[in-house]
Amino acid sequence: MSIFVDENTKVIVQGLTGGQGRFHGLRNRDYGTKIVGGVTPGKGGTDVEGIPMFNTVREAVDATGATASFVVVPPKFAAAAILEAAEGGITFIVSITEGIPAHDEAVTYNRLVEEFPGVRLLGPNCPGIISPGKCNIGITSGDIALPGGPVGIVSRSGTLTYQALHELSQQGIGQTTCVGIGGDPVPGTNFIDCLAAFEADPETLAVMMIGEIGGSEEERAAEWIKLHMTKPVVAYVAGVTAPPGRKMGHAGAIISGSKGTAQAKMAALSEAGVFVCQNPTEAGLKMVEIVKAL
Amino acid sequence: MDLFEYQGKQYFAQYGISVSPGDIADTVDEAVAVAERVGYPVVLKAQVKVGGRGKAGGVQLAANVDDVRRHANNILGLDIKGHVVHRLWVEHASDIAKEYYASFTLDRANKTHLGMLSAQGGVEIEVVAEENPDAIAFLSIDPVRGLDLATARRWVAEAELDEVAREQAAELLVKLYDCYTRGDCDLAEINPLILTPDNQVHALDAKVTLDENASFRHPEWEAFRVNETEDPREKMAKEKGLNYIGLDGSVGIIANGAGLAMSTLDVVNQVGGTAANFLDIGGGANADVMAAALEVINADPKVKSIFVNIFGGITRVDEVAKGVLEALKRVSITSPIVLRLDGTNAVEGRAILAPHLSSTLITEATMLDAARRAVALATN
Repeated sequence: MSIFVDENTKVIVQGLTGGQGRFHGLRNRDYGTKIVGGVTPGKGGTDVEGIPMFNTVREAVDATGATASFVVVPPKFAAAAILEAAEGGITFIVSITEGIPAHDEAVTYNRLVEEFPGVRLLGPNCPGIISPGKCNIGITSGDIALPGGPVGIVSRSGTLTYQALHELSQQGIGQTTCVGIGGDPVPGTNFIDCLAAFEADPETLAVMMIGEIGGSEEERAAEWIKLHMTKPVVAYVAGVTAPPGRKMGHAGAIISGSKGTAQAKMAALSEAGVFVCQNPTEAGLKMVEIVKAL
Repeated sequence: MDLFEYQGKQYFAQYGISVSPGDIADTVDEAVAVAERVGYPVVLKAQVKVGGRGKAGGVQLAANVDDVRRHANNILGLDIKGHVVHRLWVEHASDIAKEYYASFTLDRANKTHLGMLSAQGGVEIEVVAEENPDAIAFLSIDPVRGLDLATARRWVAEAELDEVAREQAAELLVKLYDCYTRGDCDLAEINPLILTPDNQVHALDAKVTLDENASFRHPEWEAFRVNETEDPREKMAKEKGLNYIGLDGSVGIIANGAGLAMSTLDVVNQVGGTAANFLDIGGGANADVMAAALEVINADPKVKSIFVNIFGGITRVDEVAKGVLEALKRVSITSPIVLRLDGTNAVEGRAILAPHLSSTLITEATMLDAARRAVALATN
């Protein structure tokens, strides 16, 4: 099984006519994802390589029965596009856009929680989600994932998500679902949401978690793991050598003083019984060991 | 983007927040001119983006023109924790009856806005939080609903601000929240927020961090982008629009994505090397960006080898490969380059580089192998 999406998930792409939307939307379809429509205002009635276009999300949902949306629009329009998806009846929204203002994210997140309680937002600023062999929504290169499980992956960093997939696939270890939650200050989906879903998924037998410096999400996840997680978790936290007080790209990846350091996060995870590794390769090898012993 | 105090005060003023009358001065004569205009006594404040400037002698009270000349002369050029003072803020000195603290920031754990208000201002808020946490009134604000005056009134009472200050403070807090949200700040902080003996409330300091992601709706921020004295490598990278941080090691690092870039630093460190920099070329980087990145790294004399670590997602590896070749055409790269390329269009990317591989342009199959090779080349 997989979490959040599967082979039956019908997906629309908001921004399918743009350069990135077209490239990744078509790539997701080639992977086997049920891409059933695209949304760009003014482009209704046309098509992109056979994918029907609609002017609004509502029209697309009514015509196709889609439940998921891949939102590929520039930062300026991202918050409105996410809310349009929720208003249009979409229940799983993937936002890959990097560079959305923090206040837009905070307002959007809280509006979703208050007005659309059944809707899950993944991202913004994330690589998306892939259930190998079933569904790929986002910008992950599908060929680096291996179907069949038994490992679930959750990661805060885009490229390290790929690295984690790669390390496992190279060793012949498949994945149930790989979720990139993104490194922005207000992520729609967090570590705990994914850990809980993996814990509940009978086909996921172990979880790999990739964190990074900044914030306290890893520490919160550690608390949750200690109380609720029965499956083994392997973790890697990027940024051990990061100089304090400097912002390293992600809005999330900043450390001030002693809070949010990789060391503090690793200690909290270790204390919760997580296998903490020093680099992605080591994490992959540790997971091989765990899967073999299952 | 962190603002200087004077920029923060200018920004506050745009949102109707009361600040002391003053102006900037880059020379002793300018300081005198401002002092004469705003009226003695005045305070001269060093404009540096670092804390502890008071202790370092960067804030001085001047009662007359001789004081202004003497202090301005001392403070301009002063080195405060590695930041040299090039600019002063000169303002009319306020009489202070009480010092408060007020700020707004994002509460990442709760995904709401967080207001902090204290009747014990003028000292570091971290110290107050540590020693007397009850002295801070925290207010969780739903970003959808915002902060209204009625809530602000309850808040100033809860924080036990002096009765005479409460109504003015509540109004000021609503304005500060407006500046924080509509003004797209990551942080808007006033410490101290003062009450004068004649019962006026105003901001004596301003600490503002702007959210760069919101630049597209704030053309007025251009005025804040002053040339700061900084690492020449960082300056060059900034001009080229790269996300670069200078470090002290010998292995130049180029990676896509902040997480992978940080991880690359970690791995280089683990195999016994030291990174010369952090450089994230971001998502969707094309050949031009890659070429610019190599040029910046190449300009760093400490760099002995360059490790290009790319895992394509939205970034296409063939574009990265083209950028490497483009850079080699444009500038003479003096250090050997070790590349590790995986992900989107990796096969195409490797094929583009294949005919050009040499002892100074090397590919390795894994991140760890590439790190080892780059470190070996840097130490030999």
